[in-house]
Amino acid sequence: MSVLPAPVEQLLDAALVGELTVVDAAGHPVTYPLIPLFDGERIYLTSSTLFSRKLEHIKGNPKVSLSITDPIAVGGRTDRATIQGDARVIEEDPHGGWERLLPIWEKKEPSIVYFLKARVALPLFFERSLIEITPRRALYWAAGDATTAPVVSDAGKVAA
Amino acid sequence: MMGAAAAETTTPRTPALDVRQGLDKLASYPFAILTWVDPSGYPVSVALPVAIDAPAGSAVFTAPAGLTVPAGVDVSLTGSHIRPQPGYGYDERRHVTVWGRATQTGDRVAFAAARAWGWDEAEVPFFEYSERSIGQSKKYFDALTVERGTPVKPKLSFGWLALRTTRLPFLTATIVPVVLGIAIAARQGSFDLVTAVLTVIGAAFVQLGLNVANDVFDSVQGADEANVTPTQFSGGSRVIQYGLVSFRQMAGLATTFYVLAAVIGLVLLGLRGSTALLVIGVVGFIVSIGYTAPPLKFVYRGLGEIAVAIGFGPLMLLGGYVVQTRGALTWEPFVLSLPVALLVALILYVNEIPDRRGDARVGKRTLPVRFSKAAVIGGYRGAAIAAYAILVAGVVAGQLPIPALLALLTIPLARQVSRGLEPNYDNPYGLMAVMGVNVKVHLYAGLLLLAGYAVVLILGAVAPSVSLFVGR
Repeated sequence: MSVLPAPVEQLLDAALVGELTVVDAAGHPVTYPLIPLFDGERIYLTSSTLFSRKLEHIKGNPKVSLSITDPIAVGGRTDRATIQGDARVIEEDPHGGWERLLPIWEKKEPSIVYFLKARVALPLFFERSLIEITPRRALYWAAGDATTAPVVSDAGKVAA
Repeated sequence: MMGAAAAETTTPRTPALDVRQGLDKLASYPFAILTWVDPSGYPVSVALPVAIDAPAGSAVFTAPAGLTVPAGVDVSLTGSHIRPQPGYGYDERRHVTVWGRATQTGDRVAFAAARAWGWDEAEVPFFEYSERSIGQSKKYFDALTVERGTPVKPKLSFGWLALRTTRLPFLTATIVPVVLGIAIAARQGSFDLVTAVLTVIGAAFVQLGLNVANDVFDSVQGADEANVTPTQFSGGSRVIQYGLVSFRQMAGLATTFYVLAAVIGLVLLGLRGSTALLVIGVVGFIVSIGYTAPPLKFVYRGLGEIAVAIGFGPLMLLGGYVVQTRGALTWEPFVLSLPVALLVALILYVNEIPDRRGDARVGKRTLPVRFSKAAVIGGYRGAAIAAYAILVAGVVAGQLPIPALLALLTIPLARQVSRGLEPNYDNPYGLMAVMGVNVKVHLYAGLLLLAGYAVVLILGAVAPSVSLFVGR
């Protein structure tokens, strides 16, 4: 079952980078560029332990959003979207747990396999935790233009 | 994803940005991502064009249709150019976020900036940014450890960990001189396979002990922590800093290597004992452990290059030689050890260039710390010329065989290093390729010297009357 509008899912599938926004302890939004990986139901991102402050923020407040805004990162598409959702950090095995995402990661970034083979060069970069986002709401700008109100959809209420 | 994940906020790991600098950077992006937290508690982001007035610390944009930008709370404007290329690599990774308050009048929103943060790999290269972030990783694992009540640490497969911890590939610095010493002895008619193999193994344990002890004592003295631009050739193994191996484990490993080296040394003394071997062994141990360990700390006193030259030149080469000759000494191994010593010292010398800022912070007075760029580059050229000149002089004087001149074939590589130092002196990552070539200068020169001695040995077997020494 689709949980997001079709064009939003297409954007997610195409995006080589998106902007994850978390809320810090003071209630401020903090935005991080990351590769979004979508399995048809949930959105996954990974974070190295080196850059793990975002994980601390998510543990403190699981409400996040993921935006896809950069036309160049989506193969020239001009539409844009922001997906709001609830995130959880999956960190049972920072060494290898995230590797279950490799098949969908490799589709977007084939070089990840090459980089992983060289993990001895930068071992902490490959100690990673997963961020799993359950989408709740999507805002979609068909023309990518903020002068037009976005189409807002509740996730999970989208017809298959 | 190399780099796309490299985003943090409010840390000193990137240069501090004031709001004007942040807005200036933001103005370089084709659009900004306006973000705020909506009444339901979820962040909302919308991409829009922004007119920025950096000197005034402000920006103006058209209110996004259908959405309400809140007043009285922090909103942010983000620009991002972290963009993996389809297939491989990234280009010009950078991003910036400016936080501030928004005030809407009609359909116009005025933004007053309050603080900014960002990362630009042109200012802080990705590898340096990663090194500066080790503390965050440690904090993360420490929190997991507390949460689970059991130690949670980063990991690496045993093979990679062993390679990284011991810096095994650098063993060529030991194998080359020891085997050369054995080869000279063999040419002179003294060769015993068992003790030759034991000598190589024992000397290798000394270097492994040195490599690991170096990390232990550099960690104690803060040198490795202070170095945020390590490369594959410099800055130590960093397994302690990364939390892959504990300080105690490293100390134990260094001790184990030295004990194994000592046991083999004692066996060799028993089998081929001589005063010369005993002296070489004792001095070698002192030079090895004293390289970074107090109270000697040769490398901290600007004597590291000399210690390495002596240790991996005359001591290793003469050590390999006297085991075979039962202590008899001649000029040939000593003369050959000098160019080898200079070339191995130059490995350390060049590897110290990217470390010099961190070394200076902890009082490690290496030559690149003490001298100017011009002097350091001049020093490289002078030492390399001296190495080849001694080799030629040794051949002309009849101390070294003519085929030893094969090592001159590495001169183009040395010139490549010399030329590469100037443009990469302040770029640790650009210097990596130069350091790689510099390691090859020593290795290839050693292998060519060995090839030269192989020619001498073969010719000595098939045509004993033909001399390959000038004047003999």
